[in-house]
Amino acid sequence: MSERKIRVLIATPGLDGHDRGAKVVARALRDAGMEVIYTGLRQTPEMIAEAALQEDVDAVGLSILSGAHMALVPRVLELLKANGQEHVRVFLGGIVPDEDVPLLLSMGVIGIYGPGTLSDTYVTDIRRAVMAAHA
Amino acid sequence: MDEIDLAGQVLAGDRLALARTLSSVENGTTQGMQALNSLFPHTGKAHLVGLTGASGTGKSSLVNQLVLYYRKSAKLSRSKNDEPPLRVAIVAVDPTSPFTGGAILGDRIRMRDLAGDPGVFIRSMATRGALGGIAAATGAVVQVLDAAGFDLVLIETVGAGQSEVDIARLAHTTIVVEAPGLGDDIQAIKAGILEIADVLVVNKADLPGVENTERALRGSLGLARPAPKRVFHHGQLVSVPEQDEPHSPSGAAWVPPILRTIAIDGTGIPELADAIAAHRAHLEQTGGWQQRDRGRLQAELDLLLQNRLLTDFRSRLKDGTYEDVLAGVLERRISPFQAVDELVKRNR
Repeated sequence: MSERKIRVLIATPGLDGHDRGAKVVARALRDAGMEVIYTGLRQTPEMIAEAALQEDVDAVGLSILSGAHMALVPRVLELLKANGQEHVRVFLGGIVPDEDVPLLLSMGVIGIYGPGTLSDTYVTDIRRAVMAAHA
Repeated sequence: MDEIDLAGQVLAGDRLALARTLSSVENGTTQGMQALNSLFPHTGKAHLVGLTGASGTGKSSLVNQLVLYYRKSAKLSRSKNDEPPLRVAIVAVDPTSPFTGGAILGDRIRMRDLAGDPGVFIRSMATRGALGGIAAATGAVVQVLDAAGFDLVLIETVGAGQSEVDIARLAHTTIVVEAPGLGDDIQAIKAGILEIADVLVVNKADLPGVENTERALRGSLGLARPAPKRVFHHGQLVSVPEQDEPHSPSGAAWVPPILRTIAIDGTGIPELADAIAAHRAHLEQTGGWQQRDRGRLQAELDLLLQNRLLTDFRSRLKDGTYEDVLAGVLERRISPFQAVDELVKRNR
């Protein structure tokens, strides 16, 4: 009864009009037994942080294909921290150039999952990261 | 954060503490129950409004527009012009997969206009196996939001078909949302969801067929209203106290209004807000507010008592007795009724 469900927010920040990948990930996380709060397109970092707080999520997945990840991701991380939600794990999907990956990971992003990633990969990563954050 | 702190912070308006308390209560943790115990004396003030109806009728979009309206028009939703706008909490329920236990909670997609408003708090919930249209913990989550000082708590059920009527037990005011093109007038006179409506909304009123839907609803209301409002809940008939019960002083029965709305552009929303306010006023004048409160809390108490007594009873049985009697039922030697007699006898 007191089994803890992992809650994940999936959002597409910025001006992307493409949400196929976000929906695939949302579905895969659902099938892994997680509760996925799906907020849809054109979310600002402020909207994402607010939703993460109200929903008390364990993780936030951002789908970014626009190339704006170096602006959007630090802002989301900063707002989560300002809200007292440092424990929330952030992961990315979409298109991120290889040279940006180390910097994003050093900011605290747990993983970057481009097209073709097997769902087992991010399901396992998210589960492990959330467990670690609550340990 | 310890639990006394948690409840105190919720009362002080801390949104992170509120979000965490809601999770603890939803997960049924000891910390959550303790917070609920501390918060319960502060409940009973919020107007609990339920929204139900089939999938795709536009419930989330209606919630979005309705709350926008409440937040923008203080003077219309309260008696005095200088009072601040109502603070509104939204609990949006979506179904849990019966196979994986996972869920996609997508009601926030339609509520994006409410982002950034500190007077609004939106929480998505999965049903986690409950079949009545809301989750088992929805009542407790609503109590926490009530204690946190929200004037109005809107509860959006899962896309409900014909029998997801638990919301009528939880809410003071139940809105049933319909849309054109979902079935003929026989659908409208079947038992179930239409009977629990305090306000009926025909959304998507710009679509063809809206007159037929409205006529079918109007016709069915005339046939369905005289029945007293009682709901089968967990196999028990539970009264939903109604305003036309004998001790209503004014004696006037509430006739559910049928309203047309177009949620995407806000048409009909002021009228819907007025109907909700009118129903609240009606409940207050007729004593229905207290009756619904009593019905809800009594049902909750009975359910908790049932669970506790069952647990206690089974813990007092000698080892193997329960399995022994159950085996008798499996082998068709005794019926379940005889099995209960047997268990009670052996437990003396």
